[in-house]
Amino acid sequence: MNLQFFKQLSECLICSTCTGDGAPSSSRVFVVRRDQDIYIHTLRKLFNESHGIFMGLQRSEEELAGKSRKAQLVQVSKNYRSVIRACMEDMHQAAALKLGPAFLQVSILSAMELIWNLCEILFVEAATAGPLLLRLLDWVRLHVCDVDSMVREVLSSESPSKHKLFWNVVDVFVLQGRMDEARHLLSKEASANPASMNMYKILDDFMKKMPVPSLGNTQTLTELELKWQHWHEECQRYLQDGTFASNPHMESICKILLGDEDAILEKKELMTTWYHFLVTRLLYSHPTVKPMELRFYAQSSMDLFLGGESSPEPLDMILMAAFEFEMHQVIKECSIVLSNWWFVAHLTDLLDHCKLLQSHNLYFGSNMREFLLLEYASGLFSHHSLWQLGVDYFDHCPEYGRVYLELHIERIPLSTEQKALKVLRICEQRQMHEQVRSICKIMAMKALRNNRLGSALSWSIRAKDAAFATLISDRFLKDYCEKGCFSDLDLIDNLGPSMLLSDRLTFLGKYREFHRLYGEKRFAEAARLLLTLMTAHIAPCSFWMTLLTDALPLLEQKEVIFSAEQTYELMRCLEDLTAGNPDKQKFQDDDVETTKVEMLRLALARNLARVIVKEGTVEGS
Amino acid sequence: QTLLQHSSGQEKVSQPRWEPQPRARLMTALTFSSKCGIVSIQDNRISIWSVGDLGNTGLNGEYHGEPHLLCDIQHNGDVMDMQFLDQERIVVASSTGTVTIFRHHQNNQTLSADHRWAKAHYHVDQDTSCGGAACTGVVCNNPEIVTVGEDGRINLFRADQKDAVRTIDNADSSTLHAVTFLRTTEILTVNSIGQLKIWDLRQQRNEPSQIFSLAGDRVPLHCVDRHPNQQHIVATGGQDGMLSIWDIRQGTMPVSLLNAHEAEMWEVHFHPSDPDHLFTCSEDGSLWHWDTSANVSEKPSFLHQGGRSTAYLSHSTMNQSVVSAWLSNDPTKDRMEITNLIPNQTLSVNSLDVLGPCLVYGTDAEAIYVNRQLFA
Repeated sequence: MNLQFFKQLSECLICSTCTGDGAPSSSRVFVVRRDQDIYIHTLRKLFNESHGIFMGLQRSEEELAGKSRKAQLVQVSKNYRSVIRACMEDMHQAAALKLGPAFLQVSILSAMELIWNLCEILFVEAATAGPLLLRLLDWVRLHVCDVDSMVREVLSSESPSKHKLFWNVVDVFVLQGRMDEARHLLSKEASANPASMNMYKILDDFMKKMPVPSLGNTQTLTELELKWQHWHEECQRYLQDGTFASNPHMESICKILLGDEDAILEKKELMTTWYHFLVTRLLYSHPTVKPMELRFYAQSSMDLFLGGESSPEPLDMILMAAFEFEMHQVIKECSIVLSNWWFVAHLTDLLDHCKLLQSHNLYFGSNMREFLLLEYASGLFSHHSLWQLGVDYFDHCPEYGRVYLELHIERIPLSTEQKALKVLRICEQRQMHEQVRSICKIMAMKALRNNRLGSALSWSIRAKDAAFATLISDRFLKDYCEKGCFSDLDLIDNLGPSMLLSDRLTFLGKYREFHRLYGEKRFAEAARLLLTLMTAHIAPCSFWMTLLTDALPLLEQKEVIFSAEQTYELMRCLEDLTAGNPDKQKFQDDDVETTKVEMLRLALARNLARVIVKEGTVEGS
Repeated sequence: QTLLQHSSGQEKVSQPRWEPQPRARLMTALTFSSKCGIVSIQDNRISIWSVGDLGNTGLNGEYHGEPHLLCDIQHNGDVMDMQFLDQERIVVASSTGTVTIFRHHQNNQTLSADHRWAKAHYHVDQDTSCGGAACTGVVCNNPEIVTVGEDGRINLFRADQKDAVRTIDNADSSTLHAVTFLRTTEILTVNSIGQLKIWDLRQQRNEPSQIFSLAGDRVPLHCVDRHPNQQHIVATGGQDGMLSIWDIRQGTMPVSLLNAHEAEMWEVHFHPSDPDHLFTCSEDGSLWHWDTSANVSEKPSFLHQGGRSTAYLSHSTMNQSVVSAWLSNDPTKDRMEITNLIPNQTLSVNSLDVLGPCLVYGTDAEAIYVNRQLFA
């Protein structure tokens, strides 16, 4: 089987199959599309809104320094994320209505938001030790939602402390550092079970007093560490004293508070992911963790959590790369895993604005950011209406953007004039004159083929295409010669300054004017015009015969119109015309042509005679 | 204070239109249609959205709901123009040259295609023609419907009749971009060689009764609208973004030329009940509100806020006794406020519609915007 591939720039691969021996068989043509994602209906909101955010970022103030710039960039990152979430919302609703393969998309979007959020914390915001932990806690709380339904169930039951999943929920709260909620639930247990009141009070006290990093600068890291150390030791003492020995649940909670890895690992099912485990570990053993230390904890957490039973999935590897601050690795892995360039293009652009990416010169495209944006935008161009977004992306690729745009924009199918106008406007704004000419020519040609001469002229005027204007005028003149009258008078009579676009067009306009003057019986002016058309060489040579024939009725008028000089001119024109014409092709028309010429000669001679007499006559006698 | 509700639809928005409402009803329905592809999956749709109860506004006149979709229906080809025929029926012009009447069934909130004129616009010789001819403009005056297209053809339909009542072939040698009623028997068309033509439909000859054109370059005209009360005042918008005001009783050239947008002006609308206000939208992404209702005072001759271009008024006739501010020729008394209603413009605003205090417009960024407090 032979496979022949024809690659079109419009991102569509068409391959045909036929048998090797060339025998006739059923051949099939497959249309393969790259970037299938852009055709997913519900993702369009993502593309459109993120385009707005992207443009806002490109235009934003570069001069803002330090904190305000960072705050601005963090806001941009949050905006991107909220767009992803909005899209997920829509997909959920669509899934509820059973419209399309939404489920897979929702989980992909969810993963994208997870990764983006982490990158925002580590790279864009570059959270430092202290706030870092708080951000990571928020991140975990937001994204590990498998337990939400269980939590809801327990909280809404009549007596939560009797619910069989009660302790699970308390554990969840503790693991996620949600102390207040945990304490609240525990108080219910304590009131239901007075025997454990003592233990509860102690535990509650510990949970209340646990030192956590604060967002403001109210305490230094050293202070926090000291306090934490002190608290940790106290807690340790109580555990060792066997205070909680009678209640295994509380004991386990205490162990978790002390950062006992085994105790935490026991709650694997409640944490569901290794990164949850990581954050919990950090919360209870190294709350002042520094960003650069994350990698060690991350690696060990993943190993401990997966325990050699399962191997890490792509998502895990991406998150690991993020914890290791290997930005390029993150981008590379995401590019491989995701089916669309959207995510990596926008994330890389943002990171670039944060001045975090050293320029890695790649073979294709000047740097990673540009390469990804070019790929993403090229994908957009294969879509019948998202291409407009692609234009803006190309604009912001300094090295190759323009070239890509030039190539892509010429290949957009121009189904209506309005679409063509939009494309033209884009080209004109960027001084892409070649493309303007090319598009106008295409539209003008189409119009010409459909016999819409006015439209064709309008396109030629837009492109200032003199050659095409000449073509159109020739068409008019041809029509005139065949039919004996002008078509589309509304156009020719109203050419205005556009007449000057090409000589032929000027001739057409003037010729029509001649006819009008003749119709209004302004013979002298008509005659003058006619002569000018020939002598000033505005008329094409092929048309001279017609013009001279038009002169006949003027010559035959009762009143003498042409002056002697004018008549001489006409005669000269006639002689020029007949002299330069070897008789090669006129055998058939010989009779007609020669008759015409003879009639003209006769008329001219007669006119000459009359005018000599008239001009020689003294006036008034 | 203007309140903008933003609903990001999933399709390119063209032709949002307000549904005409009887006085009793407070609900406004916002109609917009999606303009999408041809080659791939068919996802062109006409949709009816509800923007909720106008009466249900908070203390500050704020309304916090998003427009929600009531119903939609498949449509073949891009939607080039759309107008309500009556309370329930919408006439839609397609890029395939077809004109369709859709009916909105209010009781069960569905849309159905009532009637279709399949080849309303086409290029003459079907065998050698190069592509189809889009129907570019439609205007209704129940039960009459007039359409114009890229084929330079004018069709007159009646809603209940299968065939066209009248067709003027080759009415224009260039593309007709828009049409509107001048009087019940006369229509105005604009074309791509900068001409405004009046056609008298009572007459049998296929010639316009009057032709107006711009002085200077024959810039294509894209849109036209007539003053609701004073029928001699007509506004047109051109490819260079210029707004022209014409008095068709006199002269063949515009009365005023206002340098407005930086790219094609797609639509121009006089406010139906308050015609001192005019709205224009453009490919350059802006939507301008032109307000001549201000009282005469000692303030400078024109005042504009927010817009990026300057307004330039030129007058070509000097002896008029017309009251309308649009034709007023005294520079010291002219006062026009021009406001750009879009704070962050990016892509083209393709279409707009205005009813009462509400404005709706759609952009190429596939979003519809509703502004409920135009005159606050």
